[in-house]
Amino acid sequence: MPLIDLSKTSLRDLNASLHKLTADTNETLWTIVNPAGEHSIAAGVDAPITINIDGPVGYYCGGMNKHATIVVEGSAGQGVGENMMSGLIRVRGDASQSAGATGRGGLLIVEGNASARCGISMKGIDIVVKGSIGHLSAFMGQSGRLVVFGEAGEALGDSIYEAHLYVRGAVAGLGADCVEKEMRDEHRAELAELLKAAGEEHKIDVSEFRRYGSARQLYNFNIDNVDAY
Amino acid sequence: MCGIAGLFIKDRSLEPKLGELLTKMTATLCSRGPDSAGFAIYGSGKAAGKTKLVLAGPSKAYSLEPVMRELGLHLGPGADIHLLHTHAIVSLKAEDAGRVRSWVEAHAPEITIVSEGERLEIFKEVGYPTDVARDFGISGMSGTHGISHTRMATESAVTTNGSHPFSTGTDQCLVHNGSLSNHASLRRELRREGIPIRTENDTEVAAAYLTKQMRDGQSLGEALQSSLADLDGFFTFVVGTENGFGVLRDPIACKPAVMAETDQFVAFASEFKSLMCLPGIKNAKVWEPKPATVYFWEHQ
Repeated sequence: MPLIDLSKTSLRDLNASLHKLTADTNETLWTIVNPAGEHSIAAGVDAPITINIDGPVGYYCGGMNKHATIVVEGSAGQGVGENMMSGLIRVRGDASQSAGATGRGGLLIVEGNASARCGISMKGIDIVVKGSIGHLSAFMGQSGRLVVFGEAGEALGDSIYEAHLYVRGAVAGLGADCVEKEMRDEHRAELAELLKAAGEEHKIDVSEFRRYGSARQLYNFNIDNVDAY
Repeated sequence: MCGIAGLFIKDRSLEPKLGELLTKMTATLCSRGPDSAGFAIYGSGKAAGKTKLVLAGPSKAYSLEPVMRELGLHLGPGADIHLLHTHAIVSLKAEDAGRVRSWVEAHAPEITIVSEGERLEIFKEVGYPTDVARDFGISGMSGTHGISHTRMATESAVTTNGSHPFSTGTDQCLVHNGSLSNHASLRRELRREGIPIRTENDTEVAAAYLTKQMRDGQSLGEALQSSLADLDGFFTFVVGTENGFGVLRDPIACKPAVMAETDQFVAFASEFKSLMCLPGIKNAKVWEPKPATVYFWEHQ
């Protein structure tokens, strides 16, 4: 059970140790203290381990994560879990801009709020935000699911492809080609499964959420839109 | 890149620690802007009818002392000149400020008046931010509010004059993270309107724009609001006035910004880690300012 104190160990050494781990490692529980908002903590991990980070982190924490479970006991800066492939990242505080950006898989849970561009260009990641999200979230979202217990800022889902968006609170505005869609049984089941994964099963009523997605009008070039270019 | 830190003190018992806290906040932002740094300090209290001008030479190598000796002889015994690292602080009766400006213009045009006001003092220089703070002794300064900037130059050269904060009006200053696209045309317009702009820097144009709007009767809040329509580009601004402290981000909110508020202070930083040195930060209200939204705090 390695305990790394970032006021004594360099970030580069920490990440190098994490990168050396293989799938069959016995060092499966790591604790990082004094993160002090440093950038790129535990980025690029590719092993089925658990990493507890005792305090706030800077940019790109857990970026490109594969298999690992990362828990941040504080807030996270820009791009937490960006391009993550699998595994779980849980932020106990708030997340800054671009949380889960371009994520391919895995689950990102933000217990507080996430700010602008949450899930921008998401490509398969699941994101559950227990607070609210900022403007331009899920911009060009291709696949994956974004669940928001609170409100969403301006231009939600702008130019969205096939990501599924579920928002419980008010949406300040929808972006281009993003529309509200009917909540059918299959969507209620999908949402219930995500709430379960986030540890909120039976605590929140799935019928309180509204679903948003692509109107599919921007997929292909349309000669009628030529004046817009 | 570029880094910004700002601290507006609500609890007066914290005023003696303004410089120390601002120095610590700035030190965490060196990697965002390693080429120059600057500090705007609104000192506690003011002497009635007095004004302060902070003068800087064109580079670190320039020797300000002999020039200041001549300026002192010109101004006479009513003026006090204090040299601090590469800057000089001239304190004198408010009505004599014009004498300093005209003397500098006639005898030492290479010198820049970096700030003028009853309370504002700006110190800025080329160099690593922690070195700049140390050389000016920022950590020993007290005050009601202050703003700092660490610069990674994009739009103009790495010089003392190209460093932030910029001041184009009495007791007003501005720092900027971002870059403006229409600064050349706006500079020409503002110069025609009689607003002095010294450099080719985009940020100085934003400062001058706000000065002009306020000269024409707008409040700082209104001036910031109109800048959303007139400035093209991306920006996070932090501005200071004699009593206040404001924040504005462009409508896309490109550049990072995080704020914290407690009963003791309101603080701004480019990154959360800059706020961690502040007392009671664990229980502070922390949030990211919304795009195209003017935030403003003022002392009564």
